[in-house]
Amino acid sequence: MTNTLDQIFVLLKHWIIGFLPVWLQPIVAALLSVVAILAVFPGLFAISVLLERKGLGRMQNRIGPNRVGPLGVLQPVADGIKALIKEDVIPYSADHVVHFLAPVMLVVVVFMGYAVLPMGRNMTFVPMDAGLLFYFAMGASAELTVFMAGWSSRNKYSLLGAMRAVAQMISYEVPLLMSSVVIVMMTGSLSLDKIVEVQNQYTWGLPHWFVFTPMGFAAFVMFAIAATAETNRSPFDLPEGESELVAGYFTEYSGFKFAEFFLGEYVAMLSISGLGATLFLGGWSAPLAILNVVPSWFWFFAKIMTWICFYIWMRGTFPRLRQDQLMNFAWKFVLPMTLLNLLVAGLWRFMGEGFLRWVVCSAILLSAYIIGGRIGMRSKKFGPRSYRYAE
Amino acid sequence: MSPLSCYLLVAALVFAIGLAGALTRRNAILVLIGIELMLNAANLNLIAFWRYGPNPAALTGLMFAVFSIAVAAAEAAVGLGLVISIYRHLRTTDLDEISRMKG
Amino acid sequence: MVIFAILAALTVAGGLAAVMLRNTVHCALAVAVAFAGLALLFLRLNAQFAGFAQILVYVGAVAILVVFAILLTRNSETPATGVFSKTWLAGLVIAAAVFAVLAWAVIKSQAALPQEQTEPQISVAQIGNALMGRYVLPLEIVAVLLTAAMIGAVIVAMHEKGSAK
Repeated sequence: MTNTLDQIFVLLKHWIIGFLPVWLQPIVAALLSVVAILAVFPGLFAISVLLERKGLGRMQNRIGPNRVGPLGVLQPVADGIKALIKEDVIPYSADHVVHFLAPVMLVVVVFMGYAVLPMGRNMTFVPMDAGLLFYFAMGASAELTVFMAGWSSRNKYSLLGAMRAVAQMISYEVPLLMSSVVIVMMTGSLSLDKIVEVQNQYTWGLPHWFVFTPMGFAAFVMFAIAATAETNRSPFDLPEGESELVAGYFTEYSGFKFAEFFLGEYVAMLSISGLGATLFLGGWSAPLAILNVVPSWFWFFAKIMTWICFYIWMRGTFPRLRQDQLMNFAWKFVLPMTLLNLLVAGLWRFMGEGFLRWVVCSAILLSAYIIGGRIGMRSKKFGPRSYRYAE
Repeated sequence: MSPLSCYLLVAALVFAIGLAGALTRRNAILVLIGIELMLNAANLNLIAFWRYGPNPAALTGLMFAVFSIAVAAAEAAVGLGLVISIYRHLRTTDLDEISRMKG
Repeated sequence: MVIFAILAALTVAGGLAAVMLRNTVHCALAVAVAFAGLALLFLRLNAQFAGFAQILVYVGAVAILVVFAILLTRNSETPATGVFSKTWLAGLVIAAAVFAVLAWAVIKSQAALPQEQTEPQISVAQIGNALMGRYVLPLEIVAVLLTAAMIGAVIVAMHEKGSAK
């Protein structure tokens, strides 16, 4: 059902290219897609920054920023102007080349991940056969830039924050990849376009999204946890916790470089939400078959913004995890659960179609989760909460 | 100069640079970096021969290179563990000073 | 051809910087650049899986391992007697000799090298089938090797009981 509104951006691009000679067309096509990505996602970054500050404010029983523009809507503009005109202070003993390159490399690597996300029907920038592998390769490169930022500042707090951040990111990268491997097993392809196409079918009006299958749901939960840890968001934000480490690995950055780090972190969050939406929530496919009249790109961005709201909700709700609690959780609970999930995914394909495989797979995953949780909590002494009020 | 020989020359150059690094630097970790460069040069050689060879559909060169990447990562992990362990005992990573077994 | 020249120059420059710079962390970052350059050369040779696996494994894991090891073994910035060992000239001569022999072999054997020019169209599904079909034994052996390496590295680098930390 490709009506005009759905394909409007593709048709627009073809119309603009039609004016140019043939030898110039591929370059300008690529350039137009790049400009579109560079325009849309920083715009979404501005919206999510505003959403976060207002949302966190409401959750903490206060109003967020409300002075700049009606209801504080122009706050991101004010933040941008402030970041651009602030003085750029570099420590005297800092390593100037690496200090300059670290935020630049972070932003470059994070934006490269958008090249393979299918943002609508026929709207992938570079449809690659090994698209998922490319995305994870870019994610792995981002860790080195975090280390570069922390080391080049010649500051104990920055270095400590950077080492913690890198340790956290490599610990949670394994569950991230393993949860995606479950989806690859069910689809048979590493190409993100094919993964969305497989999910675009409907039975009795409900879609075939992978989140509605037992191991897809378990993988979705673990992917969400690992994605929160990969982008250093609360409750995993010890590396950048304001009360522990000043500002972690970007303590010594001010002005535009800090804005680049901020942009890089939020764009990484949007990017990994896009990947999660593609893998588990069906990418650009609509929730119900009758809703296909709404364009596909609308559903993709709606799913991304839902993930962002979920991240903001988690930030406002959970306390921060300590570094050793975080790493224990990753290696001792999430990783065995992802391996069990792989086994269950293999079992799913081995048993044929029917009701039995739903029951067996759900039973295995639920019992493993409950038993794993009970074993992990055995050594801790949890009791009823005791309140002590100030006298 | 066919494309294949260009790739082979680049691989030989990177190999020689890695060998020079492994033989001349004092820090043990830089020797390991040189070894990693040598392994990477060999991988480039394998993939170049796979691409320009007679039977690319058999995937031999590609598989060899992928397994080589995995083995090199394992070897880097063990090597760096050894360097850290030596540092803990001798408080130095300078290879000219770690000469207890000499003579 | 221009792209190949740029990528080759990037890789060689990264390698040279990795063995010649004074600061150890700069060397580690330069070797990460060399790894990335090599990954781009793999992509140019149409080996997509190998290229992305190279970035994932080398830039994303080995480079970080090297950097962590450098940070955990810092005793001084640079040694007083220079960063090159006493026998640096012998090492350089040996490396130059190796390069000369390899380059001579490549240039002399131009006529005997294979000359296929058609690009192989390999899909990831074919690689998966090959890994599970013809190459399943190396795959299992590499799995055992990686487990053994992981356990070995942890045991070697662990704090021994009773030793002064």
